[in-house]
Amino acid sequence: MQLSLGPVLFYWTRERYADFYRDAADWPVEIIYLGETVCSRRRDMKLDDWLGIGRELAQSGKQVVLSSQTLIESEADLRGLRKLCANGEFLVEANDQSALQLLIEANLPFIAGASLNLYNPAAIGVLAKAGMQRWNAPVEMPRDDLATLLDECAREGLEQPCEVFAYGHLPLAWSARCFTARRHQYPKDRCQFVCQQYPEGLALRSQEAKGVFTLNGTQTLSGACQDLRREIPDMQSMGVGVARLSPRANAMAEVVHAFDQARRGELPPADPLALIEAEMCDGYWHGRPGMDNSHATIS
Amino acid sequence: MELVCPAGNLPALKRAVDEGADAVYFGFQNATNARQFAGLNFTDKRAREGIAYAHSRGKRVFCAINTYPQPAGWSQWTSAVDQAADLGADAVIMADLGLLDYAARRHPDLARHLSVQGSATSHEALRFYHEHFGIKRAVLPRVLSMTQVRDLARQSPVELEVFAFGSLCIMAEGRCYLSSYLTGESPNTRGVCSPASHVRWEETPQGLESRLGGVLIDRYGEGERAGYPTLCKGRFEVEGETYHAIEEPTSLNTLDLLPELKALGISAVKIEGRQRSPAYVSKVAGIWRQALDRLDSNPERFQPEPSWQADLGELSEGATTTLGAYERRWK
Repeated sequence: MQLSLGPVLFYWTRERYADFYRDAADWPVEIIYLGETVCSRRRDMKLDDWLGIGRELAQSGKQVVLSSQTLIESEADLRGLRKLCANGEFLVEANDQSALQLLIEANLPFIAGASLNLYNPAAIGVLAKAGMQRWNAPVEMPRDDLATLLDECAREGLEQPCEVFAYGHLPLAWSARCFTARRHQYPKDRCQFVCQQYPEGLALRSQEAKGVFTLNGTQTLSGACQDLRREIPDMQSMGVGVARLSPRANAMAEVVHAFDQARRGELPPADPLALIEAEMCDGYWHGRPGMDNSHATIS
Repeated sequence: MELVCPAGNLPALKRAVDEGADAVYFGFQNATNARQFAGLNFTDKRAREGIAYAHSRGKRVFCAINTYPQPAGWSQWTSAVDQAADLGADAVIMADLGLLDYAARRHPDLARHLSVQGSATSHEALRFYHEHFGIKRAVLPRVLSMTQVRDLARQSPVELEVFAFGSLCIMAEGRCYLSSYLTGESPNTRGVCSPASHVRWEETPQGLESRLGGVLIDRYGEGERAGYPTLCKGRFEVEGETYHAIEEPTSLNTLDLLPELKALGISAVKIEGRQRSPAYVSKVAGIWRQALDRLDSNPERFQPEPSWQADLGELSEGATTTLGAYERRWK
C-alpha cells in the first residue's frame, strides 16, 4: 500500500510551505499532492512556486500531483484552472467537473478527487474510460460499502487504484461564504487573508464546548481528526491502493511515521500519536456518524 | 421563465398545478431522491395519477432521482429511472455520473436535467455534463453571485434553472457531508439533511435546547423563536463568541431579481420545498405565478407587490429572507 500526502488545506505562509515540503521529501510517502484547493484569494503561492516544489519532490522520488480548486465560481477561477491543467509536467487531481472537462478534452490522465462523488462502479467506469488513473472514495463512505464497491470494480475490470482519506480533519463542505472572514466581520472581498492566522483552522464548538467543525475559510472541516491508522491492515486486505494523510502544521512527521509502521504491520500497541491534542474520530469507516470514535473508551 | 414547483405528495402536486406552476417535480418513496421524509413522496400509482393530472392541464412533470446510488443498491436507482420513463415523466433530475450514463443509454429520449446535487458552478462543468450525458438543463447551486450567474448564462450549452424561493443551502450542494458527520445520513447517500429521526428537543433550566445526533445545535431563551435544527443554522462558539457562525435561519427569496434573471435568459425558477404542506406550496406557487405574469407583461417596470413579499416572509424560516449568494456582500 502507498501513502500519500494530501494538499495542504489550510492557508500557510510561503516559508511554512517551503519548510514543510523540504521535510516531506524525506518522509516515507510515495505520492504528494500540491496546490491550493480551497480559496482563490489565497495567492501567496503561484503555480510556478508549486511547480518548483514539485520538481524538487519529484527528484526525491515522489509522484507529484497538482490538486485543483474544489469550488469554481468565476472566470478568474477557470483561468487559474486552465493553467493548472496545462502545466505540462505533473498529473492533476480533478476536484470539480470543470477540471474533468478541461483534462478530458486535452486527453490528459487525471486523478479523481473525493468531491467528485464516485459512489458506484458505473460512475467509476465513466471516468475510467476518460483517462482516470486513480480515484478517491467519498469521505463519508463506510468500510463495508467500500469493500462491496472494490469487489464490483474488480469484477468489472476497473483496475484503477482507490485512495482513502486516512488521516486528518475531513473536508466536509465548501461555500461561497468565507466563515473565517465572517468570524472577523470582514467582507470576503476584503478578508485581509485572515486564514493565515489559523494554520490548523478555526475551531467551531457547540455551546457545550464540544468540537463540532473546523472553519477553514470557505471550507468546513470536521471538528475531530479522522485517524484510520488501526484500519490499515484491513484496507490492505480489501485492496485499497493508497492511504491519504492530510497535512497538519504540527507533528506531521510523527503521523507519517505511524502510518508507515501500520502498513508494515509494525504499529506498536501504545498510541504513538498521543501527543497530538485534537479529538479523534473514525465513525464513517464503521458506518456510523463521522464524528464517532470507536477507540473513545481506550484513550 | 418557467415556474417549477415542489410536489411532496399528490395534493401538493395538484395545488401547485392549479395555482399556476408550469412544471412540478417529485420523487419516489425511497432513498433515490433528495427529500426522503416519512410520509412523503410518490408510489407508482400516485405518480401516474399526478402526471395525468398535470399533463391534462398542459403542465410538465420532472422526476428527481438525485441522490448517489450506493454500492449495494444500484438496481434501486436504475429501476427508478426506468419507472420514471415508463410513467411518462417529462424529465429526470439526476446527479450521479453512472446514473446519468445509464439514463442516456437506456432512455435517450427522456430529457435529463442535472440536479443541483451535481454541483455544476461553471460553464466548463456544464459542458462536461452536456458532452458526456447530453443534459438538457442544469439546476445551479445556490453559491453563485449574479455576476457569476451572468457569466455562466452567457456561455452555458444548456438551459439553466435557478433556485428562487425556499430553504437556503449555503454550501455547494452535492458536496456537503456535514449531515452525515453528525448523523450518519446525508443528502448524497440517503436524501436527507439533518434528519428528524436524529433531532431531540429538550426543555432545560438554560432554555429550550435542540440537538442533532446528540450535538447541541441551539439553545433558545424565553420569547425566542425556535427553528428546526438544521446543523448549519445553529448558534456555535468560535473563539469565545457565540453566534450563527455559519448561517442565520433564513430563507432564499429572489423576487427582486426576476427582471435580471429573465434578461439573462434563465429558463426556469425553482421553488424549494417538497417537504412542505400542500397549503404552503399552493400559496407560494400562487404568488410566484402572479409575479412571473407581471414580469412578462412589463419586464422594464417590474416591481414585486409589497403584499407578496410580506406573505413570502411569513412562510419563511425565521420569518426572514435573503438574496443569499446572488448578492455579493452576503459572502
